[in-house]
Amino acid sequence: MAAYEAGVKVASGYPGTPSTEIMENLSKYEGVYTEWAPNEKVGLEVAIGASFAGVRSFATMKHVGVNVAADPLFTVSYTGVRGGLVIITADDPEMHSSQNEQDNRNYAYAAKLPMIEPSEPAEAKKFLKASYELSEEYDTPVLFRITTRVAHVKGVLHKGEMMESSATCGIEKAPAKIVMLPGNARNRRKVVEERMGKLREVAESDTFNMVEPGDTKRGFITGGVAYLYVKEAFPEATVLKLGMTWPLPEKKIKEFAASVDELFVVEELDPFLEHHIKAMGVACHGKDLIPSQGELNTSIVRTAIDPDSALKLFAPADLPMRPPNMCAGCPHRGVFFNLSKMKDVFVSGDIGCYTLGFLPPLSAMDSCVCMGASVTIAHGMAKALREKGKGKIVSVIGDSTFCHTGINGLMNSVYNDSKTVLVILDNRITAMTGQQNNPASGCNIKGEAANAIDLEALCKAVGVKHVETVNPHDIAACKKALKAALEIDEMAVVISRAPCVLLPEIKNAAPNPYNTRTENCVGCRSCVNLGCPAISWTNMTPEEAVAKGYKEKQKGFAVINEVQCNGCGQCASLCKFEAINRKGE
Amino acid sequence: MAATGNILFSGVGGQGILLASEVTAYALLAAGYDAKKSEVHGMAQRGGSVTAQLRYGDKVYSPLIEPGKADILISFEMMEATRYLPYLHKESKVIVNTQQIKPPSVAMGQIPYPDDVLDAISSQGIQVVAVDAFDIAKDAGEVKAANIVMVGAMSAFLPMEVAVYESIINTRIPERFREVNLKAFAAGRAITA
Repeated sequence: MAAYEAGVKVASGYPGTPSTEIMENLSKYEGVYTEWAPNEKVGLEVAIGASFAGVRSFATMKHVGVNVAADPLFTVSYTGVRGGLVIITADDPEMHSSQNEQDNRNYAYAAKLPMIEPSEPAEAKKFLKASYELSEEYDTPVLFRITTRVAHVKGVLHKGEMMESSATCGIEKAPAKIVMLPGNARNRRKVVEERMGKLREVAESDTFNMVEPGDTKRGFITGGVAYLYVKEAFPEATVLKLGMTWPLPEKKIKEFAASVDELFVVEELDPFLEHHIKAMGVACHGKDLIPSQGELNTSIVRTAIDPDSALKLFAPADLPMRPPNMCAGCPHRGVFFNLSKMKDVFVSGDIGCYTLGFLPPLSAMDSCVCMGASVTIAHGMAKALREKGKGKIVSVIGDSTFCHTGINGLMNSVYNDSKTVLVILDNRITAMTGQQNNPASGCNIKGEAANAIDLEALCKAVGVKHVETVNPHDIAACKKALKAALEIDEMAVVISRAPCVLLPEIKNAAPNPYNTRTENCVGCRSCVNLGCPAISWTNMTPEEAVAKGYKEKQKGFAVINEVQCNGCGQCASLCKFEAINRKGE
Repeated sequence: MAATGNILFSGVGGQGILLASEVTAYALLAAGYDAKKSEVHGMAQRGGSVTAQLRYGDKVYSPLIEPGKADILISFEMMEATRYLPYLHKESKVIVNTQQIKPPSVAMGQIPYPDDVLDAISSQGIQVVAVDAFDIAKDAGEVKAANIVMVGAMSAFLPMEVAVYESIINTRIPERFREVNLKAFAAGRAITA
């Protein structure tokens, strides 16, 4: 809503928790062009292009996405904007759904850009609109940081006034400003410094950074969601609330520090504010008390500063863990089940739902670093291992991640003669982040028909000769395809194709579940070893086994939960004892 | 119940916890409270333990409930209720769906589903209301409406009238699911009201 009211006309991004819903919501507004880009670098460059054409534009990504987009980010700082440009970075302290918890305020410092940080939804709306004015007035892209507890929080918003860009939409050539060759860039470098000076003045104003008066015995400097925890933990205290966390208002900070007896800097993750405040020569408490890892909350902040205030809590109960799991009927399971049987194969993984293939009982993923790293790490390992790695290195990547940065790695593998196998787990959608279309899905962000990348043709076009497509629910066929690919002495691709079970057309289809003829079950555990949430195992004592008519030595039997089963048939194909059949057959 | 409160929703990814918390949040807003709701998306949703946190009052700052301060725990799976024991206090109300969803270690037969898992809560003197939401929803015509059965059961502990929830269901839930959800809500409410 905020981006719409701010007059944003073009928005691009790549889905990533906790940023995904921003683009999904914006795509519902009329008059805003929205798209899913294959990756964050592409998304930011699209937004830069729109800004150069004189409209307000918007790029969204999760924190690690900014790493991918860092190349254009650092240089668009030099070119500045025509239409306002805001880049949202959605950080994930605590790593609820991420591979690291980097603190992207450091990007603002490094790229010499203003950083705006709201603490809650209503403020995010207000600040985003103000960020567009800042962007155009100071000719700067604006980095806008939210964290999980700002992004995935719902609060009350009110419709506000529509804004318009001060720029005019049209082609305007300004080579000295936007053709970043060294000569021009050196001139722009000076402009960047002048701009940072002016932005420091904005930071000193009350636009984003406000002192909230209160008890001056303890003063708090804080920003983002940490501000809310401070307000709850120490409601009486005076607070300097920073909504602009780069550049910092040195004068304001020093005045505030002088006005309080004891100064505390409360921030999530890195001691970003603390280091810069200490560099100003201001003494304060910070990470000596407040944890620098994981999320904060009210009680962490309160007890870090007042250890005696800890509540006496009920002790936690000793319960079995409940980690996430691939869904019942997930097509990825067929591939990972087969890979789990190939004990001497190293599986180089990637980022998506299928990263859950790492978990027992399949335990069929041996590395996972970042988006697109599956195929490249496999290549590097194969080059290091030489003969020792022959026929033993497989990489797995989803369709969306393949389009994100996997294709570059595949080009490298072909060019530099890799002898590994890449499995593209094509479930037709970006599943982990909640069903977003991607370049291979055949639909755009609004769900309308769109051009679809033909993955087979793409792999062949970059030079892969062996490309085989297989239905992963057919476990035997999947095994054959993997074995065949591993035997080939050049780069091979297996495309495992079956739709995600969370796609509406699968989810809402009439259920056709399997059930168990438990009397036929011999307790071989073949189906249980799939790790499907719809299948469970019941242990039996020898006496119970005999009483139920089983052989005495049978340790238990498997049962399918018909409500959870979606009828993929992977378990039925593994059962050699006719103990699993379609319900009603 | 005080004018401010903290409601912790717990369960397993895919049980409709987000919708249940959404309906409750809208009901609180309709009754004039400030409300904030926090949840986690992404990887955690794939069959893992999930929570949604809902706080309401005159002015809510933090979206997160402090341990020891949840006034209501509404758990959509039995064992998951006990997982959040440290969030409870003596006066907390716990509404729990008695449905059991086996976590992987239990489904694999490595460890049993814990016996008498709710005793850990009730033995602290905390009121526990057990709701057979799955069967109630089945009777109402749609097992997926178990989440709204639970909202109905919880509604007796919150200050809003039934009509407020009904109007939220009528405006926020797609038309074809409205009737079954209204029935589910009423059946849940009947347990505690």
